[in-house]
Amino acid sequence: MEFAMPLFAAVIVAFGLIKRVPVFDCFAKGAREGLGVLYKIAPTIIGLVFAVNLLRSSGAVDVICGFVQPAADFIGFPKEVVPMAMLRPVSGSGSSALLIGVFEQCGPDSFAGRVASVIAGSSETTFYAIAMYYGSIGVKNLRHTLAAAIAADLTAFAVSVITVNAFL
Amino acid sequence: MLNYIWSAIVIVSIICSVVCGNTHELSNAVIDSGAAAIELIMTMAGVMCLWSGIMKIAEQSGFTSIIARLFTPLLRLLFPNLDPRGETFGSITMNISANLLGLGNTATPFGLKAMQGLNRINGQSKTASDEMIVFVVMNTASLQLLPTMLGTLRQTYGSKAPFEIMPCVWISSACALAAALAIAVGINKTKIGRK
Repeated sequence: MEFAMPLFAAVIVAFGLIKRVPVFDCFAKGAREGLGVLYKIAPTIIGLVFAVNLLRSSGAVDVICGFVQPAADFIGFPKEVVPMAMLRPVSGSGSSALLIGVFEQCGPDSFAGRVASVIAGSSETTFYAIAMYYGSIGVKNLRHTLAAAIAADLTAFAVSVITVNAFL
Repeated sequence: MLNYIWSAIVIVSIICSVVCGNTHELSNAVIDSGAAAIELIMTMAGVMCLWSGIMKIAEQSGFTSIIARLFTPLLRLLFPNLDPRGETFGSITMNISANLLGLGNTATPFGLKAMQGLNRINGQSKTASDEMIVFVVMNTASLQLLPTMLGTLRQTYGSKAPFEIMPCVWISSACALAAALAIAVGINKTKIGRK
């Protein structure tokens, strides 16, 4: 599994060579775009890391976790991951900040760290995507879009716990 | 939305620190958070540039289109009323395959184009069509095959096996997508909620 990323990169570079694409020029162009995206989201990340650090150091996280702990315990959901799961559908950079918060607090190889990782990888910023796509064409009546999208997120949360328990 | 969430977090935290007596920790956190944020951004910068670069090669060499062609049969099942040779269907396949490869910035323009096409087919209605619901729901379930950023963040924070979570991510994504599609397509079929 560790080798998947380098292998994937090699396949794409080799494919580009076969297709006679100016591989390195393309790479540089893409990398520049990547930097541009990061430049755009950097202020958001700084603001959210600030907010998340406040939340953690003030003890507010412990208070919030205290409320949901019985429910989280009941389904075996690690309480440290609750704030991240709650922010995940709303903000991608915000949940990234909370994800590294879990890593710092419990370590990435802990149960909570693994569940947080799987949630980050298998759910999306649902509300943002819905607002952007429907907003772009002026559709107001979403019918059952939200129900289906929220079902996807809740499924991802539940299955994350189940798969981490089963495989790791 | 984020305006309210962010303000709420800041205000609740400061009140909470006074109530719980954690004001000292809070002051330290304010000072440290700037450095912590820049550290996170630097980690993300490396991965983002590297993979944006690699993925640019995939895009320019036609690798993405090949992936898109692999998905055509499946997408035909999900969008039976769309012309598979039409532009809208093409935008949908490109959006889905770009998402799968983790090309968020490429996926979004195709997605917006697909929505415009679906809007035209739907007669510029204010009510979402069946196809729109299926398409948007597919975009709200994360389909990424290789979560590069996630792996790198795990590694940065000391994981011994940053990618061991990948099978779990795939299963979880697949289940989430299946649940979303089951509801979207199921309710589409029963014609409930249609005007």
